[in-house]
Amino acid sequence: MRITQGTFSYLPDLTDEEIAAQISYALGRGWPCSVEFTDDPHPRNSYWEMWGLPMFDLKDPAGVLYEINECRKAYPNHYIRLNAYDAGYGRQTTALSFIVQRPPSEPGFRIDRQETSDRRVRVSLHAYATDRPEGDRYGS
Amino acid sequence: MTERMGFGMRSGVNGSAEAEAPADPPLPADARIDLARERADSQVDEVLDALDTELVGLVPVKTRIREIAALLLVDRARARFGIDSGRPNLHMCFTGSPGTGKTTVAVRLAELLHRLGYIRKGHLVSVTRDDLVGQYVGHTAPKTKEVLKRAMGGVLFIDEAYYLYRAENERDYGQEAIEILLQVMENQRDDLVVVLAGYKDRMDSFFSSNPGMSSRIAHHIDFPDYTGEELEAIGRLMLAREGYALAPETEPVFHDYLERRRARPRFANARSVRNAIERARLRHANRLIAEGGRVGRAELTILQPDDFLASRVFTEKAAPPG
Ligand SMILES: Nc1ncnc2c1ncn2[C@@H]1O[C@H](COP(=O)(O)OP(=O)(O)O)[C@@H](O)[C@H]1O
Ligand SMILES: [Mg+2]
Repeated sequence: MRITQGTFSYLPDLTDEEIAAQISYALGRGWPCSVEFTDDPHPRNSYWEMWGLPMFDLKDPAGVLYEINECRKAYPNHYIRLNAYDAGYGRQTTALSFIVQRPPSEPGFRIDRQETSDRRVRVSLHAYATDRPEGDRYGS
Repeated sequence: MTERMGFGMRSGVNGSAEAEAPADPPLPADARIDLARERADSQVDEVLDALDTELVGLVPVKTRIREIAALLLVDRARARFGIDSGRPNLHMCFTGSPGTGKTTVAVRLAELLHRLGYIRKGHLVSVTRDDLVGQYVGHTAPKTKEVLKRAMGGVLFIDEAYYLYRAENERDYGQEAIEILLQVMENQRDDLVVVLAGYKDRMDSFFSSNPGMSSRIAHHIDFPDYTGEELEAIGRLMLAREGYALAPETEPVFHDYLERRRARPRFANARSVRNAIERARLRHANRLIAEGGRVGRAELTILQPDDFLASRVFTEKAAPPG
């Protein structure tokens, strides 16, 4: 099941040229970029691991793409996303965030229903991948 | 996972051949290209002319820069016919004494390479050893890479590059920075141009201990010390740019000043001229305020002999300047 999180997630995966063009757009607006990765893409997991610090003062996408590629080499079977932060007064938030790598196979989620008192049902979302220990959830 | 280069790009899923194909089909073999048009379109002449008018002398440097511009223009024309000549190596070394215009030329060069489409952005990132080399184990690589990432798309200017190598200490972290630089200079030529700068003799000994670096530098450009006349012309150019002029009586004094300053230790070519003019401006302003009274445009712009004669260069005999 294909994870859809962040911008462009309903489109086919972006090529590196397309990713570079997005990075150019972000840098052109003065948004520093950062790279994050995880093997726990639960929608409520908003804190992915940071791949190094956010990159400031870059003029050209090649530097950001370099870090994306380094992260891909280190974590070939993880999700990797790129974030661009708008520090502008009044916004001060992530302005653009999209997935730049996903594992070859994505087993998806199941819904667990739990009966509680008074016939109420609690629902939780369970990623099949998280049945395996951290680090080898998507094969290795 | 597909194998890809450090800074390189992974091309589209539909096969790399299609993604990398040029947008326009190559011109037929009997086509003609108007080089003068190409030249005008690239707007390189603005940069070359600025180089000519804003910098006095430096003929060998300007000639080499013009040659590089010509090479890139011709390469672009060749590419239109589908002739692939490979990307020329443009890493350079600028040698010369302080104040001979190395940094200034590097800024122009970055703009020029950008207009000719050789680099994507055209900014200059100027660094020294301290910006590249760390203080402890594991500190250097991230520091150097950080600088490289900032310079991507432009020119990385490493001033006094020979400090990266310390012959007396083989475990110096500078060596690590050199190795990362070498790798990027070789593999990421599309992403940045590296310019090393410094004194000629020290640069030569740096290259003899680092042959790998020497072989990756395509252009060695020497910035000669300026002659007396050139220094005067530089001074006049700076004065004119800042809205000052010399009184006729001041001309010989200014000439004499430069001759004396040139003979003294720690003379830094055009930079010393700039400093002399800054000090003359100070004395000029001070003199006007001390005299009081009404002033016109002439008084505000014309420098008198006293504005230079008060300098230590005229009073002291051989002591170094402060
Ligand atoms: N040929 C020249 N003509 C006019 N000004 C010059 C020339 N060469 C250097 N300058 C001026 O001298 C100053 C020092 O030059 P710079 O490029 O910093 O020298 P370097 O990097 O070789 O030490 C700058 O203000 C520059 O504008
Ligand atoms: Mg300099």
